[in-house]
Amino acid sequence: MTTFVPRDTAPAIEGVRAKPRRRSRWISVPGIAAIIGVAALLVIAIIGPDVWIQAATERNIAERWSPAGPQHPFGTDDIGRDIFARVMVAARLSLLLTIGATAMLIIGGLAIGLTAAILPRHPRRALIWIMDMLLAFPWLLLVLFFTVIWDASAAGAMLAIGLAGIPSITRLVYNMASSVTDQDYVRAARVVGVGPLGILVRHVLPNIANPLLVQSAASASVTLLAFAGLSFLGLGVQAPEYDWGRLLNEGLGHLYTNPMAAIGPGILIVFAGLVFTLISEAVAEQPGQGLRALARATRMALLAKVPSRREPVAVSKHDDEAPLAEVKDLRIAFPDGAGGVVERVSGVDLRIAPGEVVGIVGESGSGKSLTAMAFAGLLEAPAIVTADARRFDDIDLNAKIGAADRKRLGVELGMVFQDPLTSLNPALTIGRQLTEVPEVHMGMSRSAARTRAAQALDAVGIDDSARRLKQYPHEFSGGMRQRAMIGMALTGTPKLIIADEPTTALDVTVQRQVMGVLRRAQEETGAAIVFISHDIALVSAFCDRVMVMKDGVAVEMLDAARIREDATHPYTQALIACLPDMKSDRTKPLPVIPADLAAVAVAGDAVVAQAAPGGTAPSHAESAAAAEEVKA
Amino acid sequence: MNALEIQDLRVRYGRTTVVTDVSLAVPKGRTVGLVGESGSGKSTIAAAAVGLVRPDAGTIRVDGADAVGGGSAARRARRRMQLVFQDPFSALDPLLPVGDSIAEALRATGRRWSRAERVERVRELLRQVHLDPDRAGDRPAAFSGGQRQRVTIARALAGEPSVLIADEVTSALDVSVQGAILNLLRELQEELGISMLFISHNLAVVRYISDEVCVMRQGRIVESGPTESLLETPGDPYTQDLLDAVPVLGERMVFSD
Repeated sequence: MTTFVPRDTAPAIEGVRAKPRRRSRWISVPGIAAIIGVAALLVIAIIGPDVWIQAATERNIAERWSPAGPQHPFGTDDIGRDIFARVMVAARLSLLLTIGATAMLIIGGLAIGLTAAILPRHPRRALIWIMDMLLAFPWLLLVLFFTVIWDASAAGAMLAIGLAGIPSITRLVYNMASSVTDQDYVRAARVVGVGPLGILVRHVLPNIANPLLVQSAASASVTLLAFAGLSFLGLGVQAPEYDWGRLLNEGLGHLYTNPMAAIGPGILIVFAGLVFTLISEAVAEQPGQGLRALARATRMALLAKVPSRREPVAVSKHDDEAPLAEVKDLRIAFPDGAGGVVERVSGVDLRIAPGEVVGIVGESGSGKSLTAMAFAGLLEAPAIVTADARRFDDIDLNAKIGAADRKRLGVELGMVFQDPLTSLNPALTIGRQLTEVPEVHMGMSRSAARTRAAQALDAVGIDDSARRLKQYPHEFSGGMRQRAMIGMALTGTPKLIIADEPTTALDVTVQRQVMGVLRRAQEETGAAIVFISHDIALVSAFCDRVMVMKDGVAVEMLDAARIREDATHPYTQALIACLPDMKSDRTKPLPVIPADLAAVAVAGDAVVAQAAPGGTAPSHAESAAAAEEVKA
Repeated sequence: MNALEIQDLRVRYGRTTVVTDVSLAVPKGRTVGLVGESGSGKSTIAAAAVGLVRPDAGTIRVDGADAVGGGSAARRARRRMQLVFQDPFSALDPLLPVGDSIAEALRATGRRWSRAERVERVRELLRQVHLDPDRAGDRPAAFSGGQRQRVTIARALAGEPSVLIADEVTSALDVSVQGAILNLLRELQEELGISMLFISHNLAVVRYISDEVCVMRQGRIVESGPTESLLETPGDPYTQDLLDAVPVLGERMVFSD
């Protein structure tokens, strides 16, 4: 049996699993490596000076500058001291200086960044302005400057590197903190009377802690290198004290007679730097960051290559009326991240006749958008798409789509998305984006393409098209942007327009205008439309036929005009009943989707809890059971 | 007496006036719907009421007490109003267990709560919004959108408000969940006698839940009155436009232009 998870419940399941995963953060390749590395460094730093101090200080002039050998792994220095022992002894000082400087820059950055986040506007601007100026200042110059003031010493170098690192951490903390303080939950806390300090401690700090830890570990590795560099230049630790950088400096003079004298400290510097990087890698446990994401992406890529059943299907030409586009037994699955796959669309059949307006209605996670994307051939890895037949006009979308067919799809298929702010490129003018299809795919000259784009804007009711083409998306209102999106679909010769929740972000009045534009476009070009929405009233008011989807399954296909009378499936009936309209009885509670109906395929709790009138919220056991089912 | 009384409110962002001379009143225990297009200033009124935005002019009174300004009396008055946000995903701190989010809001009552009292009150609030009280320790990620919205409602109730301001609380939710949240709000209002300012651009939803409706456009209230009579015989052409734009199930949309 294929396990089934609607998109909605995925976060719920993640939440259930969150605890065990939190513990396993360190049980990963970078995690284990980081733990071993830290342990090794700690051991060397703590017992190093006691174990090796004898060998590191004992002079033996007879054996001066002896090359690396079994007795002296890194050789000896100018007065015959064992360099390996000296490197081990130097570990403590090198690491302490590194940690000291890192702590300074993190604490300083945190303090200034957080202060800036809660200051009133003008002092905040001034503070950030100063920090930005310092950010532009080369840090090495700052270090040299401090060295001049305080003279070259280990403490001075630490102070210098610490202070020099503060502006960049400040900027990071401030940016992260302000993105958190913009969130509704911080506004909610302000409404209930939580003061600025409380907001910082309770809401801001925990939410920026992880990236900050990653940054700390990363800066530690940079700091280590900075120290090594300063000591190497003679600006850091002064004789008779020594750290890795100084040892590197001393060894360099004899690079040709005893290369290990310089390479030895170098190895430790690289090793320590690597450990810090591994720590930051392990802390950045969130998906999408670090080595893990790479491993996951590889796994997904492999999964996507699983051969799907793909017998060549003879395109049914002998059908009485050849559909413009069709899918048969469409299945869409995604890797679930744990080695398995989750099927989001299971066995959908849909045929669209030329010029027909078909609506797909369903709740979030019902697979309605995925079904439409499959029509456009827009689903790519990691989605695993299989179908008995999937074609648009005479292009077989099941086979590999050639360059010529791609071009045809670009011209004959129009897409209108829910949020035109993200689907229009904010950096390009509307004109640039509307001339792309005619210029690139249809081979028009630039001026002809421009004329066509202007015509498209006229067609969707945008006045003054010549001026509008020169504007950027942000200069358009929401309804205007959606019109422009429809206009973009019209710049080709569309046979099918897929409109995915095109009006969900808009008001009813603007929605009506946009729907009108879409209808006119359909009438003028004769294109078919697949219209996707969660609003069954809107879909039925606009389309010829309506397909109701739930949890990846097509529940019912209905004649839009007779939707109320013809709906036989209890889910469709419930969907109609639970939507308040202008005639709903205001004295009675709204009907909700009955629990048994919603629970059928819902592996989580989204609808179940809402539907239970007595308020039987799902327990842990239920959610856990759901999680189990997913793993199975 | 009116629970919430807004008079001649004006709010400006920089040089643009987003709310112009708005007056509205929410009678005790009643629901007033505020409907209008996006950018009409609906949410700004809510933000001004709870003190997230400083009004330019006008008065806001809660149970007769002035809620504008920085004084402690005004601050106390503002705490008598609580806001439920549109997006239940950004309205809860992802790292804070939901019980803690609700407990944080207890401070709006202005009383001191012992640890045991706090735990008990949070459980009671979760029960009130039909969530399992044992889930107080779970983080928001373990809840669905509708359940999160229940948590934010519980958080708003924790402050024992006299006025609940619901700002587009159902527009980010699926239709099946929307009905359940609307039912919950009505039920809570009956139980607790709370007054409510319900902001939405969805006319059908506003009609269902409100006793009175105010129609806003471009920062002004163009029309207001009892729900049924106002929507049956709208006086302003804009209200008529709004009504015409609502899609009706199974009825083909007609476009005049």
